[in-house]
Amino acid sequence: MAIAYPFSAIMAQDEMKTALLIAAVDQSVGGVLVFGDRGTGKSTAIRALAALMPKIKVVAESPYNFDPDAPDDMQNELFLKAQQGKRTRVINMPMPVVDLPLGATEDRVIGSLDLERALRHGEKAFEPGLLARAHRGFLYIDEVNLLEDHIVDALLDVAASGENVIEREGLSIRHPARFVLVGSGNPEEGELRPQLLDRFGLSVDVKTPQAIQDRVKIVQLRDEFERNREAFVQKWKRKEGAVRSKVNRARERLSGVELPAEVLERAAGLCIALGTDGLRGELTLIKAARALASLDGKDVVTPEQLRRVAPSVLRHRLRRDPLDESGSAVRIERAMAEILD
Amino acid sequence: MIEAPAGDPEALWLDAARVIDMLAVAPGLLGGVQLKASPGPVRDAWLQQLRQTLPDSIPWRKIPAHTSENRLLGGLDLAATLQAGIPVAEHGLLAQCDGGIALLAMAERSKRIVDAHLSALLDCGEISVAREGFIANVPATLALVAMDEGIEEDEQTSAALRDRLALHVDLRAIGIRDTTEEITKPERIAAAKSVLGGVECESRYVEALCAAAFALGIESLRAPLHAAAVARVAASLEGRNEVDDSDIDLAVRLVLGPRATRLPQLENDDIAAESEPPEAPSSDERDRSGDRDAAAKQAMEDRLIEAAVASIPPDLLARLGQQGALARGRSSGGKSGAQRRSFNRGRPMGSVPGDPRSGARLNLIATLRAAAPWQRLRRQDSGCLNGPVEQLIVLREDFRVMRYRERSQTTTVFLVDASGSAALNRLAEAKGAVELLLSECYIRRDQVALIAFRGEQAEILLPPTRSLVRAKRNLAALPGGGGTPLASAIESAVLMAVPLERRGGTVAVVLLTDGRGNIGRDGSRGKAAAQPDLEAAAEQFKATGLHGVLVDTSPRPHAAAETLAKSLGVVYLPMPHAQAAQLRDAVNLVAGA
Repeated sequence: MAIAYPFSAIMAQDEMKTALLIAAVDQSVGGVLVFGDRGTGKSTAIRALAALMPKIKVVAESPYNFDPDAPDDMQNELFLKAQQGKRTRVINMPMPVVDLPLGATEDRVIGSLDLERALRHGEKAFEPGLLARAHRGFLYIDEVNLLEDHIVDALLDVAASGENVIEREGLSIRHPARFVLVGSGNPEEGELRPQLLDRFGLSVDVKTPQAIQDRVKIVQLRDEFERNREAFVQKWKRKEGAVRSKVNRARERLSGVELPAEVLERAAGLCIALGTDGLRGELTLIKAARALASLDGKDVVTPEQLRRVAPSVLRHRLRRDPLDESGSAVRIERAMAEILD
Repeated sequence: MIEAPAGDPEALWLDAARVIDMLAVAPGLLGGVQLKASPGPVRDAWLQQLRQTLPDSIPWRKIPAHTSENRLLGGLDLAATLQAGIPVAEHGLLAQCDGGIALLAMAERSKRIVDAHLSALLDCGEISVAREGFIANVPATLALVAMDEGIEEDEQTSAALRDRLALHVDLRAIGIRDTTEEITKPERIAAAKSVLGGVECESRYVEALCAAAFALGIESLRAPLHAAAVARVAASLEGRNEVDDSDIDLAVRLVLGPRATRLPQLENDDIAAESEPPEAPSSDERDRSGDRDAAAKQAMEDRLIEAAVASIPPDLLARLGQQGALARGRSSGGKSGAQRRSFNRGRPMGSVPGDPRSGARLNLIATLRAAAPWQRLRRQDSGCLNGPVEQLIVLREDFRVMRYRERSQTTTVFLVDASGSAALNRLAEAKGAVELLLSECYIRRDQVALIAFRGEQAEILLPPTRSLVRAKRNLAALPGGGGTPLASAIESAVLMAVPLERRGGTVAVVLLTDGRGNIGRDGSRGKAAAQPDLEAAAEQFKATGLHGVLVDTSPRPHAAAETLAKSLGVVYLPMPHAQAAQLRDAVNLVAGA
């Protein structure tokens, strides 16, 4: 894999960076969708995310990233069968960030019969797919709106249940697959199905920065990176380390962050005012606000955090109103002004 | 100061030849070239020169327009798998191009999915493949030559790809006599390669490039990045360690000029006004660094913009100038929505598991490929492991059927104003034009629908149909006179069009009216009562993003109709002397026929 551009060297695009950091702190917020113009650093930022994540404990010599501390994982048939009473060896590994490439076939995504073993030994064995690899990490889909329908179907089901159930080619297998979906795309290529849209906790619209100073800075940094990647990464090592420890600290502090009833009420009020469907919006709003508070080093969530995360959380959950042309951003602004002030 | 004005073919060829050298020096850094040219001797000469400048050993592959995803990315090698009895992966076309040149034929027609793969490849320098039987990241750094033969404005290489290709070359203005064959010596290329890493580009140049890109309305930040890289490569070819003015000029001509989306004003008085907004944020710094510096900076920026403008082909200038509703209407609608998947006709787009008996066509190769890995297991199951190897066991779940993409049906919805004011003017002429359009729709097997409005309400005279006879009869029987219930008419058009679009069709709305609505939705009379309803209906129409044209039928073009067209988001077409043929052409343009 080519050397990735450091996260800390990404200029401007604060909303996108915040959203990604929130997903890094609390993986249960349910993923990030980045939509925007060409050349705005969408994929750059997402690919940089991997370097910020802490290592995770996994069961050694298993392709499923089983979590030794999760009872569900430890009860999985595949795990029990592979261990067969042996002592479980645990290793640390970097949190997986798995690319779901365009044109991936269904069998590679959800897993399928191991062809090699089938051909060579005539055995029916399961070969895990990308979803197994992404367990406990991130699944990144570039050009998410070009994804084939049948792949989307498979993804939706697994993302909702956290479990991948394979019933095909004479195999009957289930394994855990809890991952954070991260998608990026260009709105010109078409819209996403509402069901898929709903799976993303946060959605960000990125635009090219308009300030000429930012543009110059971005171009200069990128140019420097292209010319000598190793040196550039080295130069940014300290800042990158600072972001990484910020994420780590926030992850540790997260469970201790207090959530006052007043903030909960306001979050509910905001969702009601905007008429978002279902409770997922509210839940995500609270989780995201808490993650942000933790990132800020706060012990208590305040309306300030709500205000900062609300656009990303609610933007893609609003019902379209054909008579209101103002767009979702303006509607959220309006509701926030009413409820939060 | 500017070396190559757009009109001089010889200078254009020199630039095109320099692009070849640059590609040879830094293929991976620049991404590639968008080569706009019709097939012919000039393009052949250019490609020939590129081939000869590059070492013979590097891969040189053509990607035809019909390439399947399978071939592009690689997959299971059917023959080898069956022969060896173990899965054998086959490298795709892209992997075979690693380190070389890929020529994308007819880039303006290439499929979205192919463009997406190429874009990902240009971004990452590798392709991730996850297909039947194997997952791999295959290195593939290459320079892409996108051969664009597009003639019409909307016929061009996809924006995603254009953005990633640093160099944009247009050979269309060059004749074969203007070309000269001069192949750069390999030593010079090698020398340039060795100095490239150390070439410095002063930050004032980068700033100027960013400012110029901004002034020319280029949103993507890849453009100034590409320009800086091109300038650096140009300097390396001259054997210099520093980028100088001439390199920047060249970079602007080759990278920024062709991407311009708006024209900065170039009159001396206007320069200041035009470049004020991009300059504004930097004013603090400017004060500090002194006036002379600022003046120099401004001069440089102006010069770059001038150079870029000079390199913009003249026809583009005309288009940028008008940038009318026509162009916008078409691009926002996009071809993407107008295509749909189908199992029996259209362009093939891969195969999916399915039953051929349901009417779809069997894809034999894909079926065999699906069956291949299972042969040993199946023989085992059926207990004839030692049976004849030649015999393939194909089961029903192996069946793969072809999928096609077909152009969706276009429905033209006519909204005809039959009110007193319009009838007086030229209802008969309007009818004539509609009839002409109807017969054409019939030829194209498109559907037409007709909504007339007069008196109190709009009335659907003809639901979407292909029956020309019925349409003509209804039209001829259309009486005139009464009020103008415009709001109700627009509303019924939306109600009719939206479900059609949702089913995958393309809808064009043709509104023939003088734009003077005077009947409200509830039938209340008077212009004042009708206006709010009309505005609400127009807004609703615009929100659906339907294409359309408003033909102003009043004898003198009227402001009311133009305002209405604007709020509907459709093209406004005044027809003071209505000619049926002229009207038909305009509507055809909008409907994208």
